[in-house]
Amino acid sequence: MGRRLAGLFHGRPGLQVGGLLAGPVGWLVVGYLGSLAILLLTSFWTLGELSGEIEKTYNPANFSLDNFKQIAEEPVYRSIAGRTILIAALVTVTDAILAFPIAFYMAKVASPRTRSVLVVSVLLPLWSGYLVKVYTWRTIMSGGGVLSWAGVGAPTDDMVRVWLVMTYLWLPYMIIPIYAGLERISDSLLSASEDLGGHPRTTFRRVIVPLVFPAVVAGSIFTFSLTLGDFITPLLVSKTQFIGNVVYSNFSNDLPLAAAFSTVPVVVMVVYLLVARRLGAFEHL
Amino acid sequence: MRRLTARPERLAWLVVSALASVVFAVGCGGGDDDNGGEALSQIGEGEGELNLIAWAGYVEDGSTDPKVDWVSDFEKETGCKVNVKVGNTSDEMVQLMRTGQYDGVSASGDATLRLIEGGDVDPVNTDLVPNYEDVFDGLKEQPYNSVDGQMYGIPHGRGANLLMWNTDEVQPDPDSWSVVFDPQESSKYAGHVTAYDNPIYIADAGLYLMKHNPDLGITNPYELDEGQLDAAVDLLKDQNANIGEYWADYTKEISAFANGDTLVGTTWPYQYLTLQADGEPVGQTIPEEGSTGWSDTWMISSEAEHPNCMYLWFNHILEPQVQADVAEWFGEAPANSVACEPKYLKNGPFPDVNHCEKYDAAGEEYLDDLFYWTTPVSDCGDDRGDVCTTYDDWVQAWTEVKG
Repeated sequence: MGRRLAGLFHGRPGLQVGGLLAGPVGWLVVGYLGSLAILLLTSFWTLGELSGEIEKTYNPANFSLDNFKQIAEEPVYRSIAGRTILIAALVTVTDAILAFPIAFYMAKVASPRTRSVLVVSVLLPLWSGYLVKVYTWRTIMSGGGVLSWAGVGAPTDDMVRVWLVMTYLWLPYMIIPIYAGLERISDSLLSASEDLGGHPRTTFRRVIVPLVFPAVVAGSIFTFSLTLGDFITPLLVSKTQFIGNVVYSNFSNDLPLAAAFSTVPVVVMVVYLLVARRLGAFEHL
Repeated sequence: MRRLTARPERLAWLVVSALASVVFAVGCGGGDDDNGGEALSQIGEGEGELNLIAWAGYVEDGSTDPKVDWVSDFEKETGCKVNVKVGNTSDEMVQLMRTGQYDGVSASGDATLRLIEGGDVDPVNTDLVPNYEDVFDGLKEQPYNSVDGQMYGIPHGRGANLLMWNTDEVQPDPDSWSVVFDPQESSKYAGHVTAYDNPIYIADAGLYLMKHNPDLGITNPYELDEGQLDAAVDLLKDQNANIGEYWADYTKEISAFANGDTLVGTTWPYQYLTLQADGEPVGQTIPEEGSTGWSDTWMISSEAEHPNCMYLWFNHILEPQVQADVAEWFGEAPANSVACEPKYLKNGPFPDVNHCEKYDAAGEEYLDDLFYWTTPVSDCGDDRGDVCTTYDDWVQAWTEVKG
């Protein structure tokens, strides 16, 4: 049996590669693309009134663009989508600004010993649970929390609260690609710029920034998409809702509507990734 | 390797055809929408396991509090190992039941009809549940737990959604829902008001308007026509300005009251009892307008893998001592009238021989006047006809309330 199987594969490189890739490709197709396709398909269905169950019979009344129409026409969905994209952009920009000096210090200034300490400290929060971190922030910003003790006062604005927590949560995902990007820049380039009379500021602007920019874009893919999809942070530290919250609450009430709304972040991310590819971010992932 | 990369279009076709077959298989599967199957005619051996969906505090195995345990005995007697998944909202419970991975659920009235209509639950043969006999008549064959006189579950207990407040900060003791709905009164606690994060909470606003704005002509907070729903939504939008946070997860409400972020709002008795036991300064009441409430039913999934264990559970959860324990632990009226005997109440987690009077178990005082959670449908149930808003409308309205 084993010999026959071996014989079957002998001299057939196509079959060999096919057999090797069948598992991963199958997983990709069924697990990722398949669920995306079902998501899209679901968004055209409607619900039975009393059961709240999806009417899966294929008559035109149950299969329509109604859910998309609802999302496009009701102003509340537009403002939620706008708010979500805004917070994702804010978090991404803030993270980039915070991450750059840290990454630069790690890559170009710190001694090897300090560097490894810093790398570990940046990665360490990723080892603790996501919920633990969000609940910690909930406590920090509560009425009797650390911020009140310190006399700063906890922010009460929902957007500010979510912005603070998300910025904290996703910062490592920005630092690591920038750090890797900066490490790739040879020190000799910086010396060359200096030798040619370049002011440090000029070196930064004309050598470092252009070289590291794709890495920043690569990091932004993480911070942007993670913020775009998160619903637990807004739920725990604010009373406002983002795309994820509407999807989550409609997931049990109105699955087709949730599916239709889920296509918004998918489309946003596809556009974002296309732009990112243009900017060369994919070589820095 | 070179050969493979030279034919990318063939690979693409493979991907597309695989995708198509997946979509086809899923799209055509699971089309059985009949109204449940047959009720069990006799109980056999337990299957060794039981998977339940329940409200917080309904299935306690001693892990919350070692003294509060009505699961271990059941497991020992029947050999059915109980796994429980706590649901935070009726919507979540319906969704979980539809996965077909659970044997039963403690469903409230706004979930029961959806489950029956969706064919997700089976009728129940009450002859196989000896303790059913002692259930209060007011809970038998109700519109939310039966169809044409056929029971679709076993009554568990009922109670009211309460108004809870922080007694240090909220004075004098409120006796009206206006403390959370009247913009002037609730603005005193701006940023510290809470509400239940679910479309069904619209009924609480409806009830408030029913009493305070009779011109709207609301007679039942679950039967709102478009104008009435709009009024309720406006009220809730005004309330949103004073909300600190909404809760659906009961632990979130407990922590918010404990650290003082939330000072006043709606609650289940369970959170109140937990906070009180922890020594937090909280008060509670059923305000003068009355309240919404729940009447819960244990139902069996039409896809139950452990039907015998589920029937054994039906009877166990109706045992007088278990009923007394659950009722005192959650803070509700038991369904079994025998549970009101002092010998059972004295043995509960919060011993109180007057528990049944306090919670009006027989439904003589206020329990029958509560507006129990139910699913809003287009048929108003009165001479207005089919002009009422459906749960779908409420879901949409709730999204708008939160903005």
